[in-house]
Amino acid sequence: MTNDKIQYILQLADNSLIHGHRLSEWCGHGPILEVDMALTNIALDNIGAARSFYQYAAELEGQCKTEDSYPYERDILEFRNVLLLELPNGEFSDTLMKCFFFDAFQFHFYTALQKSTDERIASIATKSLKEVTYHLRFSSEWVIRLGDGTAESKQKMQAAIADFWTYTGELFDASAAEKAMMSEGVAVDPASLRPLWEKTIADTFEEATLSYPIQKDGAWFQKGGKTGIHTEYIGFILAEMQYMQKSYPGLEW
Amino acid sequence: MSNQEWPLWEIFIRSKAGLDHKHVGSLHAADAQMAIEMARDVYTRRMEGISIWAVESVNIHASNPDDAESFYEPSNDKIYRHPTFYDLPDELTHM
Repeated sequence: MTNDKIQYILQLADNSLIHGHRLSEWCGHGPILEVDMALTNIALDNIGAARSFYQYAAELEGQCKTEDSYPYERDILEFRNVLLLELPNGEFSDTLMKCFFFDAFQFHFYTALQKSTDERIASIATKSLKEVTYHLRFSSEWVIRLGDGTAESKQKMQAAIADFWTYTGELFDASAAEKAMMSEGVAVDPASLRPLWEKTIADTFEEATLSYPIQKDGAWFQKGGKTGIHTEYIGFILAEMQYMQKSYPGLEW
Repeated sequence: MSNQEWPLWEIFIRSKAGLDHKHVGSLHAADAQMAIEMARDVYTRRMEGISIWAVESVNIHASNPDDAESFYEPSNDKIYRHPTFYDLPDELTHM
């Protein structure tokens, strides 16, 4: 039971960490200085949320675990983030679309998670919701600007939708730990967020004059991250993120 | 693609209720909404403010430094314009 809770918390933490890490890669590479700072601010918000979850997981697990044990000492198969977030950043348009899909999910997810029966999780959700509200505003504004922008920007946004669409389905699949925690009222049923997410996507894409695949029951989606089956890309992320701890175990600074 | 630069905006931040908006810097943005969002990211990340004004720089009209002599120097020798010739009672503080 505790184990399921830890797994559930780690799943949430891993999503925020990997998303934050990918966004941090934009540092110094943003299209303009202001957007560079916005992306790194959002990266830090996500890494901050990940820390809150990792700290809680470490307290529950005990056994000398710390918040750093999870990001630095686990291997690929133990990470539980959705595949969408580990995909490469691509161009600015690609990163934005990835952010938009995830921010829209996180917004509805944290809104619902505030009612978690676990007070600690509920309070992290309340704090994170304020941040995510801004993230969603940032990404959806840019989706609208670029979607309803020039022919070139529209084409790039349309291409980004095509690239990432099949990775959105996994957000709504419940993992085993998630199902166990749903029955206790700790977790949110991700499938219940789908109509809300679709509405946010539909409204924004309509304003952005972008088209997207019509949702069909039983449509095929990429999945695996929630069960530890990842794309090749996460290996490169962990190689960079864990290099120092693998070379010098226990190093502190 | 056009190479046209986005317009420049001057950013003013109010640090807390009751205080004035103070000029903090400038940034490039496509429109007012983007200017405010970018100002939020660039100028309020360390709790600097609770309110943002963005003014397109072209709307700010400034005095010409070349006019300094005729504009400001004449007031240098007119200290009687300062309210410093009143005897204030000792009880009066914060003046």
